[in-house]
Amino acid sequence: MDAFIEFQRVTKNFGAVTVVDRLDLQIAKGEFLSLLGPSGSGKTTILMMLAGFERPTSGSILLADRPITHLPPHRRQMGVVFQNYALFPHMSVAENVAFPLEMQRVPRAEITRRVERALDMVRLSALKDRKPSQLSGGQQQRVALTRALVFEPDVILMDEPLGALDKQLREHMQLEIRDLHRRLGLTIVFVTHDQSEALTMSDRIAVFNAGKVEQIDTPQAVYDHPRTRFVAEFIGETNLVEGKVVEAGAQQAVVRVGEAALNVSGHVSPGRDVSLSLRPERIRLGKEPVAANALIVTVADCIYHGDHMRLVLKSGPLELVARAERLAGDWAVGTETVASFDPQDCTVLAS
Amino acid sequence: MSRPSVRDRSRAFVLVAPLILFLALFFVWPLWTMVTASVVDDAVTKVLPRTAVAMADWDGSDLPPPAVHGALAEDLRAAEDQQALGEAVRRLNSAVSGFRTLLSRTTTAAREADDPAALDFAAVDPRWNEPRFWRAIKEAVPPYTDRNLLAALDLRRDAGGSIVAEEPGAAANRIIMLRTFVIAGSVTLACAAIGLPYAMLAAAAGGVVRALLLLAVLLPLWTSLLVRTAAWFILLQQEGLINRTLTSLGIIDAPLPLIFNRLGVIIAMTHVLLPFMVLPIYSVLIAVPRNLMPAAASLGAGPLRAFWRVLLPLAMPGLMSGCLLVFMVAIGYYITPALVGGANDQMISSVIAFYALGTANWGMAGALGLILLAVTLLLYLVYGRLSRSPQLPGA
Repeated sequence: MDAFIEFQRVTKNFGAVTVVDRLDLQIAKGEFLSLLGPSGSGKTTILMMLAGFERPTSGSILLADRPITHLPPHRRQMGVVFQNYALFPHMSVAENVAFPLEMQRVPRAEITRRVERALDMVRLSALKDRKPSQLSGGQQQRVALTRALVFEPDVILMDEPLGALDKQLREHMQLEIRDLHRRLGLTIVFVTHDQSEALTMSDRIAVFNAGKVEQIDTPQAVYDHPRTRFVAEFIGETNLVEGKVVEAGAQQAVVRVGEAALNVSGHVSPGRDVSLSLRPERIRLGKEPVAANALIVTVADCIYHGDHMRLVLKSGPLELVARAERLAGDWAVGTETVASFDPQDCTVLAS
Repeated sequence: MSRPSVRDRSRAFVLVAPLILFLALFFVWPLWTMVTASVVDDAVTKVLPRTAVAMADWDGSDLPPPAVHGALAEDLRAAEDQQALGEAVRRLNSAVSGFRTLLSRTTTAAREADDPAALDFAAVDPRWNEPRFWRAIKEAVPPYTDRNLLAALDLRRDAGGSIVAEEPGAAANRIIMLRTFVIAGSVTLACAAIGLPYAMLAAAAGGVVRALLLLAVLLPLWTSLLVRTAAWFILLQQEGLINRTLTSLGIIDAPLPLIFNRLGVIIAMTHVLLPFMVLPIYSVLIAVPRNLMPAAASLGAGPLRAFWRVLLPLAMPGLMSGCLLVFMVAIGYYITPALVGGANDQMISSVIAFYALGTANWGMAGALGLILLAVTLLLYLVYGRLSRSPQLPGA
């Protein structure tokens, strides 16, 4: 990959606490990368180092092969969208958007033209003389975004920009930002702790835990093939199954879980204790086995979720959660059924 | 919600009654007394009510008609309150000297005369033939006067009643008032120059540093004004700490004159009034969202431009109220200029104190106080008008 932004063994300590630990990260031009992780995982610190508000304790950061580790924030040409928007309360919407252009000493007439065009793009022209306090949360968010975009920066950094919005507006804004990213070919680094947000918007997701990258991959790969237990648990819901590898081939392996033997795909060394991740929606229920793995299970609980049912299934000591469509009918507690799933849906996690 | 009953309301009133009583007793009443003292001039009217009525028809030129003579004789004959009479005499004597003997002689004559209405004034004392004595009475009989207010501004009425400036030799109030504003303005500027960075530092710092910075500002407020001023003596005098340090460092050869001059007054007053500048600015700055300055930087604003375009406009309401507070308190300063200032650094309060305590001229003291109050109110109105338009942060 041709790296546009590059972190080279970047470490950040706050006193005795290591917030970011020897991070290597490459971001391509035009990419939408999400930094996903629980609070305290170091994702915001990484963004702040990229923006220039924090200095790395060691390591270096490169932008287009130029080291920017010690460049002050106002010379970095990065548009930052902050968590609480950080709009200037004493300026109108138009003045807020004009601010970065004024800082670049763009001629007056051109500023007016570009501000109008930018506000048109996010459909805020009618509100250009309002003060930020007179706008709704979603409108403020759009102004903040416009302000970060208007000076055509190399990179847009977003620090949980949708955190303060309600669910419906958040989903709407997710699509809007994704659309802007595609239309303008922007490079976006997006910090969030909301996994569904990261899955919806990103080209790639970097999952962080305790200052380290757990996995960087496409949303689909992160979801379907989590590398670690943390990733499997943090993103979506999953069944974690502990077992021992009893048979190993080049492409396939057999893992013994209690009484049952499960076929899993991939290469693992025999004799190892492993954890498997199995997504609930990958389990198919029916009277007959329909896949390479099939277990006879008893319905222990059935929880109503509107569009689907969540079933708790038991097979000996093993407990699995499955997702059943409403169309499949009701499941009475105590019903016996067969749970089938494919070997490639059983992901072996790194211990 | 139902309307509060009479009982509830009367209970509420009883609860605030001490406050109302306190305000009335210690704020409204003294203020009213001072205001009235500056314009009321009824010492003569009280003693000479008939004369006042009779003089209304006289135009003040030449000698008054006989009716006035009669009225004055009646009044003097009827005057029984020796103290009131004394005050009236003193008031008239301060306008034209000679009234003391003139009136006592005339009073005796009026008491002894069979028909006071027919008393021959010129026979009692030839001075009654001079119109200026009559005019002094005419000028003194209206119960209200603008004499004190005009005098406070170095103005007076001439013989014709039109307002003219006081002769340069007798005019000092305007100079002192101007000096008061210059000193208060300098102190305000000095406080703003020190207070704004200081408040920014305190708002940006955290934990112990912030607590220490605020304590350093608040500590002087908890110390007696006299103690603080005395402390500046030790620091600023000829052989004081500052001069000795500078001399021993070889920066100066002779001690700098730091005390008993304008510089000393401004230094000491700035120190005393700094909390009034720092605290309003600080309270505005801590309400400014933390991420605004980083946002400005990310949008391409260097530290100086970010300060000028973002932080300063947001700190402006605090800065304005700080300036107003410092200026308003400063124009009333009395002790500090008296202790560390020279003769040419005395402010208007010392003149007020001179009239009130030195000469018991409550009229002049009240008039000067009234002008001080008017200036303060005017400033407050200007401030109210200015501070209404901009949006406060977080509003």
